[in-house]
Formats: sequence, structure tokens, C-alpha cells
Amino acid sequence: MKLLYLFISFFKIGLFSFGGGYAMIPLIQKEIIATHQWLSPNEFVDIIAIAEMTPGPIAINSATFVGYKIAGFLGSFVATTAVILPSFLIVLALATLVVKTQNNSIQQKIFKGIRPAVLALISVAAVYVAQTIHIDYKMGLIFIISLASLFNKRVHPIIVIIGSGILGVFLL
Amino acid sequence: MADKKQNCSLLTLFLTLFKIGAFTFGGGYAMIPLIQREVVEDKKWLSNDEFVDIIALVQTAPGAVAINTAVFLGYRLRKLKGALVAVIGVALPSFLIILLIASVFISFETNPIVQKALMGIRPAIVSLLVYTIYHLGKRVIKKVKEIALFGLSFFGILMFNIHPIIVLITAGLIGYFTYEDIENIEVNDP
Repeated sequence: MKLLYLFISFFKIGLFSFGGGYAMIPLIQKEIIATHQWLSPNEFVDIIAIAEMTPGPIAINSATFVGYKIAGFLGSFVATTAVILPSFLIVLALATLVVKTQNNSIQQKIFKGIRPAVLALISVAAVYVAQTIHIDYKMGLIFIISLASLFNKRVHPIIVIIGSGILGVFLL
Repeated sequence: MADKKQNCSLLTLFLTLFKIGAFTFGGGYAMIPLIQREVVEDKKWLSNDEFVDIIALVQTAPGAVAINTAVFLGYRLRKLKGALVAVIGVALPSFLIILLIASVFISFETNPIVQKALMGIRPAIVSLLVYTIYHLGKRVIKKVKEIALFGLSFFGILMFNIHPIIVLITAGLIGYFTYEDIENIEVNDP
């Protein structure tokens, strides 16, 4: 029964969380704390902190964490599968549709308009991440070193991420 | 395009998405630079334009951007099997790491070394995003119209809190009504 409730709850979270990332938090909060009382508000804040510190989407992180707390490994597996399933099915349907109508002129024109807007979305994300940084010369230094290595030497992003983490440990 | 797609074995697809899943700190759009590098520049599975289109498309579905992009990409390359392999690949690292934290490292988030490393990663993520915006922008922004669409979308979201989906739909409509018919599909990338 517990597993069934876990599945239904996280399927719902997966289905209604448009916008991704932090847009999902209110819905997760409602299901997990208010409706089922699976976690205390403090534990939930911890999960958000952990999600911020580990790679991957917050929906997956909280599904795995809550699932494990409620029903061990099986619980984490069920919750994670449930939270992914709605997007999996919907994106699959979308992909079939788009692949079929790929070379049509209407679609091409629409996408030409959309592309600059997608760039704007990514730029807004950059602004949001930048706003979480307490800016000082050390942070500026890490930023400039990362940017320079990307532009000049075409260093792989993973190396940039690991390198800046190491710089963080020694500088900050 | 077909030849590129056949180059991609399920194992390569899995390993590539696993790598992306393991290093997408910051969530959401922070994974875009990594996907762009792996999928567009290194593996050449997609052109830059196709990549931007997929990001736009997956906004219309619920769920995390990383997961949705993985499903779409996997389907593009290897149909249903590809979609399954890609989604498992991208989700597995977070699943394993959280499992480890939930069962062993309870005080992970208060460890000062972890905190410092994560603070250090943040400016790097901004630089990754700046680099990606520059790189994609070179291809996407061609005339005044694209600059205007970019500017309106950017300030619409940032200053007026307009929902991204509304912005994308509006931009698509503007594109539909203002661009001329494209007779031959452009060859986008070399």
C-alpha cells in the first residue's frame, strides 16, 4: 500500500510540475508534507539543500530521498520511476509527432521565432545563478578562469566544473 | 543526418547521458552547456539549431529539462530503446548519489569542504552558461529581428515575470507570421 501511495504521489508531482526545478517545490511540499506527512518541514529543507549540492533535477533527488525514507531501496526505485514516467510518456509522444512533421515550412518558421527566445531563457538562468553568488574577487577570479579556459583552450565543461570546485576548496 | 544517428550505439548513448547526469549541478538550464558540448560539438548527433529546438519543445512537457531533453534526444537517435537508455542514463547518477546520502552520509550538506567546493562551482556554471549563450547566439541571432525577439523574451521573463511557456509560444507565433516561407530546409551546421 505504501508503495502504491508513493507511486501515485510522485506520478502526480511528475505530471504537474511544469517549468522544472524550483517550480516543482510547492507541489512536492504539498504532497509530501501536507498530504502524507512523510517528512517534517525541516527534513524537506534538508532535501532541498542536498538537491542543490548534488547533480540532477530536484524532482529526482527528492523522489529518491523520500522513497528511501518511506520504504528503503524499493521505495526509492518506485518513487523515482513514478516521477519520471509522466515526462517520459509525454515527451515520447511529442518526439513522435515532431519527427513525423519535421521538414515542414510552418514548423521551420515557428522555430526560427522560438530560437532567440530559448537563448533568452538560458540567459535568464545565468542571471538567476549569478544572483546566488556573493560576489567578491575570489568568485570573480573563478569566473574569469573558467570563462577563459572555455573560450581559449576549449576545455571540457566537466573539467571546468571539477577545477572550479577544487579552486573553491582552496580559495574560499 | 541518418548517418550520424546510426553511429550512435546504445552503450555510447547511455555513457554520454550518464556523464551529463553526473555533472549537472545547479539543475535545470545548468546542464545545457554540458549537453551542447557532448551531443552537438563532440558527438555531432544534433546540429545547434536542432538542439535549441529540442530545448524549446521539451518546455511544453512537464518535468525536469534534463530528463525531457534526454528522452527526446534518445528517441531522435534510437527510437524507443534510445529514449529508455537515455532517461536511465541521465537519472541514474542522481539516484545513486541520493541513495548513498540517504543511507550513509547523513551530514553531507553541512560538511565545510563540500560547501566550499559547491560555492566554487557556481561562478563556473555562470561562465558555462555565458559560453553556451555566445556559442548558440552566433548561429541563432542573425538580424535585428532575432535581437529584438531575444531582448523582449529576456526582459519579459526577468522584469515582468512572464511564464517561459507563454514567451516561447509568443515567439513562435511571431516567427510564423513574420518569417518568409523557407523553400529548402537550410543546412544548418557544417
